[in-house]
Amino acid sequence: MNNYIMAFVVGGIICVIGQILMDTTKLTPARILVVFVTGGVILGALNIYDVVIEYGKAGGSIPLPGFGYSLAKSVMKEVDKVGFVGAFTGGIKGTAGGITAAIFFGYIMALIFNPKTKG
Amino acid sequence: MGRRIGVQTVEIESKPRIISTYNIVGPKEGQGPLSDYFDRILEDDLNGTESFEKAETSLLYTAVSESIKKAKLKEADINYLLAGDLLNQLFSSSFAARDLNIPFIGLYGACSTMAESLSVGSMLMEGGFANYVVAATSSHFSSAERQYRLPLEMGSQRALTAQWTVTGSGAMVLGRKGDFPYVTHCTIGKVKDYAITDVNNMGVAMVPAAVDTIKQHFVDTGRKPSDYDIIATGDLGKLGRQFTEELLLEYKYDMKGHYMDCGEEIFDAQKQGTNAGGSGCGCSAVVATGYLYRNMLMGKFKRILLVSTGALLSPTSSLQGESIPGIAHAVSIEFGVIK
Repeated sequence: MNNYIMAFVVGGIICVIGQILMDTTKLTPARILVVFVTGGVILGALNIYDVVIEYGKAGGSIPLPGFGYSLAKSVMKEVDKVGFVGAFTGGIKGTAGGITAAIFFGYIMALIFNPKTKG
Repeated sequence: MGRRIGVQTVEIESKPRIISTYNIVGPKEGQGPLSDYFDRILEDDLNGTESFEKAETSLLYTAVSESIKKAKLKEADINYLLAGDLLNQLFSSSFAARDLNIPFIGLYGACSTMAESLSVGSMLMEGGFANYVVAATSSHFSSAERQYRLPLEMGSQRALTAQWTVTGSGAMVLGRKGDFPYVTHCTIGKVKDYAITDVNNMGVAMVPAAVDTIKQHFVDTGRKPSDYDIIATGDLGKLGRQFTEELLLEYKYDMKGHYMDCGEEIFDAQKQGTNAGGSGCGCSAVVATGYLYRNMLMGKFKRILLVSTGALLSPTSSLQGESIPGIAHAVSIEFGVIK
């Protein structure tokens, strides 16, 4: 139960940061997305984001910085294994599941649903 | 023959009459405060078509063909169709004109198109080049959102200053005879750009153009705000309307009691969550063909000034960080003024 609460709180804080950026800056949603993923990569590389995931569990790994974190960690692992080339191949290898799932489910959703005018 | 007065205004002496109007709006507009003034309110904003772009085309087609029917005319009687919209290459208008047997002149003035098409139409009538002209325009929330902002599928949040594109189309038939409201003056505006780059703040970007055109109209004609029962800007929204009032006051034109903004009136910002108000070509078109025209017929407004305002940006220009140029055209319409 504690895991659920922590995931909710940590994930929620990340979303709040996004909302504050939406409301107080002129950053477009696409830019905020890039900032979050890149932020995750940097924090992951510096081993700081590990703490977020340790306490927040899925609340830290599911949001956008979690994707950046996986990119960083996979690159580091692959570099250890195959050397410098790992910097280019590791990121996509490690996150292949997430990327493929996003494309697959995105496509399925596009087939099932039609866009509607906002209410 | 008409004549030029002042710097930017023409006086239309033959009084081209607006012999009929027709407008059609989406469900959200139909729930707004002006719902009694629309000829048709759609329940489904796709209007039975497969895409929002096709829906917009069907709205424009319906407005044009129904306005002609209402005037008891046939398509073949109309000498020119003057129309425009917001979509790339004016495709709503061109595709609607594809199904209409009327010579077509496409006009791009963004949301200023209603006053633009009405001005050009009045001048064509004045020049004796036409007996009947249809001036029309359209916009659709979802097609505009897709082109200018972000795809609806993204479900992104709207900025507080963002305006809501009106889903709707309005058409006016101009003729020579009959007891109807008629056009007396047209003031064609200049493009003004005060370097606003925020596409979520277009109403304010258009203020300099609106102020310039209204001021020039008064200078050219020697009129003042109180000569009009109502001066209606197109889609400046709440903020834009306030700035316009303040700026015109600096030029000693007190607009109080004679001024409204179509975009501010068409929605109930509080109840309908439309933030700064309505926008789009359809905004001033459906308010002019509905609320303003009907109140003229009923004698409530004897002289009005329609000032449709347009933001002349393109999706490419905003991606390249360009600012938003604005334009405004003013058309003076009278009915039953005793001189």
